[in-house]
Amino acid sequence: MALNSLRGGIEPDAHKKESSETPIRHVPLPSRLVVPLVQSSQESARTIITVGDRVLKGQCIGEAEGAGIAIHAPASGTVAEIGYYPMAHPSGLTSQAIVIEPDGEEHWITYEPLDPATASRDELILRIQASGIVGMGGAVFPSHIKARSKTETLLINGAECEPWITCDDRLMRERASAVVTGSAILAHLTGARQILIGIEDNKPEAIAAMRAAVCDMEPVALKCLDADKITVIAVPTRYPSGGERQLTRILTGIEVPPDKRVTGFGVQCFNVATAYAVCRALLHGESMVSRIVTVTGNVERPGNYETPLGMPIAELIALCGPKPGTTRILMGGPMMGFTLPSLEAPVTKGCNCLIAASAELFPPSEPEQPCIRCGSCVNVCPIELQPFEMYWSSRAKNFDSARQYHLFSCMECGCCAYVCPAHIPLVDYFRFAKSEIRARDEEQKAADQARARFEFRNARLGREKAEKAARMAAKAAETRAKSAGEAALIASAVDRTSAAARTPRDRQS
Amino acid sequence: MTSPHTRQPDSVQRIMITVLVALLPGIAAYVWQVGAGILVNLAIATAAALAAEALMLRLRKRPLWITLSDGSAVVTAWLIALILPSIAPWWLTVTGVLVAIVMAKHLYGGIGQNPFNPAMAAYCAMIVAYPALMSQWPSVDGADFATQVHLILGGSREIDGITGATALDAMRTGLRNQNDVHSILGTGVFGFAGGRGWEWIAAGYFVGGLFLLARRVITWHLPLGFIVGMGLMAGIFWLVAPESFPSPLFHLASGGAMLAAFFIVTDPVTGASSSLGKFIFAAGVGIIAWIIRTFGVYPDGIAFAVLLMNICVPLINRATQPAPVGKRKSP
Repeated sequence: MALNSLRGGIEPDAHKKESSETPIRHVPLPSRLVVPLVQSSQESARTIITVGDRVLKGQCIGEAEGAGIAIHAPASGTVAEIGYYPMAHPSGLTSQAIVIEPDGEEHWITYEPLDPATASRDELILRIQASGIVGMGGAVFPSHIKARSKTETLLINGAECEPWITCDDRLMRERASAVVTGSAILAHLTGARQILIGIEDNKPEAIAAMRAAVCDMEPVALKCLDADKITVIAVPTRYPSGGERQLTRILTGIEVPPDKRVTGFGVQCFNVATAYAVCRALLHGESMVSRIVTVTGNVERPGNYETPLGMPIAELIALCGPKPGTTRILMGGPMMGFTLPSLEAPVTKGCNCLIAASAELFPPSEPEQPCIRCGSCVNVCPIELQPFEMYWSSRAKNFDSARQYHLFSCMECGCCAYVCPAHIPLVDYFRFAKSEIRARDEEQKAADQARARFEFRNARLGREKAEKAARMAAKAAETRAKSAGEAALIASAVDRTSAAARTPRDRQS
Repeated sequence: MTSPHTRQPDSVQRIMITVLVALLPGIAAYVWQVGAGILVNLAIATAAALAAEALMLRLRKRPLWITLSDGSAVVTAWLIALILPSIAPWWLTVTGVLVAIVMAKHLYGGIGQNPFNPAMAAYCAMIVAYPALMSQWPSVDGADFATQVHLILGGSREIDGITGATALDAMRTGLRNQNDVHSILGTGVFGFAGGRGWEWIAAGYFVGGLFLLARRVITWHLPLGFIVGMGLMAGIFWLVAPESFPSPLFHLASGGAMLAAFFIVTDPVTGASSSLGKFIFAAGVGIIAWIIRTFGVYPDGIAFAVLLMNICVPLINRATQPAPVGKRKSP
């Protein structure tokens, strides 16, 4: 199959081997699990337990509201508290969470498995929502919403292009069969005629395992899609090949404009870990209560850890033995991840990787120099933007110009800042400009609304005044007409009387 | 700290040093063909540029070391030394450097901010101010090193016998005197492609340019644009009237054409930004330079052509703004 090349992109040091060579390990339960009510990019869940309740592992503790997803107890135990806890977010803001004290028994509550061949589509999609499944690549978009829209081609994203991260690699090596089954079920739900599984060619073991799994598909998966409709494709290792739009372009040649969704182009994309979760939820009745987290960097025992959701990050890091010199913990990859403001934050569904950063592994950036328009950033931009023009505009706070240079098409992949010889933190400038523009747009919207309200009020007052005047006029006219009628009546009566009176007189005269 | 958390080990300094390295083959050919006097001029220009840069940074209250060490001033200095006659007196070189660094670069806001190519601004200022000195080029087998140094240090300019007409000059004069191209090329000034001896320097710049392309410091759009622009104009007229217009090869091998194609139009700061824009910019320089060479009063028009195209850069940028992925109009 002919592949299309990624435009731009970079080839940073992969640092995959540090964590990719040991099997996935299970994490001992911590004393407390902090499960936030918001686990997706949509509405938060509605609590259905109270403090003191006993819960089983996998039991629903928060029901899905609106487009949101349900949340579940990651371990059997007791609900200890419902309170606000810091979250794994660059802002460090707190969020409402349910705290569970595990009893260590690990009693599961599993739901009745569904057979994709016989269960209705609605039933299957509702189960995905009720099992709390979101995009595991980091965007945490609820999967049931994506599964509901019909598509031609299903892409399964195993590219894992960010350096250091290997959780998808290990998942594909060790649990390829379930990944393929989950993918086939997703194809069944979306009506996709083919599945393309994209994996970067620096993961030969994962590619081999996935190919073997496709050759030897489970009967339940074969009921969903024929094996010859599934292709495992090795894509060249080049960041950001794992971006949804980038992978779509590499595998199908379709260029999706930045302001459109891939769905509109007959393509739907799921992460391999999401496909795995779908398989577990539908065929085994297991809600999403854990995820594989790569812990790597400046630690004694780097590797991949099957971690219960809600585990405080500090405890997970402690298990891996942080080495001296660790200055901060990154969540996500080094290209798009962020420094955790608090290690009290729990592991959540989007937490694919934790990197212990030291000055040695991640040296502080060199001082910023003036841009010389060398164009290195243009060469690597996967969206073919002109980052340095966006930078000059943003720096000058000329936001209209920045927008004209397609600032909002930028996905902040960081390739431009990675290569910039002047060490300019380009992505920071873009984030700044975007937030300024958004704030200004909000202000403008508020002002527009205020003006619209004011104009509407004026129009209403005017209309009321006009109506009142019309009413008054009508009344006046009525009164006039009435009085005129009366007058006419009187006049005619007077005429008649006077005529009557006159006649004899005339006659008299 | 914000993403990305990792950076490629690269710097403005590395880019500038690569450019300097790429100039070495041309400089070596210069020394071999014309004499080592150019090295003295390079040294004078470098010292003047660094001093001027340091002075301006101090006056503008900017951090000194980070900009002084970025190498950009040295690149400007070397280009000026290479485009001025190599037996020009030291003060001419220094004045040129001051025009470039003080006026063309720092008065506009320093590196990255200047709209005009500093080296070209210096050349134009010098050729307007000192036309006689600027036309005294050493002949290939004229002066020995001692004489060259003597002239550079401001010694009395007894230059008969050690200077010679450049290829472009000889061609202009010959054509003005109603000679045809073929007979002009028969005189001793010319070699196999351009000026005898000087064509080796042009070849040196070409080799250095290929090195810059290989190191991805420049993209092919600029040199090719220049070569296409100049070659196309020269080619059309040469095909129509080969007795009155020299060939594209002659134009590209003479004067500052190769230096311009790989080292001058490739200045990122003062050029266009998109690939198409770069091609248009460089082609424009090539076309205007050929027009000035052929119909103008100056022997080589590259410096004026570059400044003229510098003026057009905002327009070119506006007209060639590339569309992002997925936004291209269907062909």
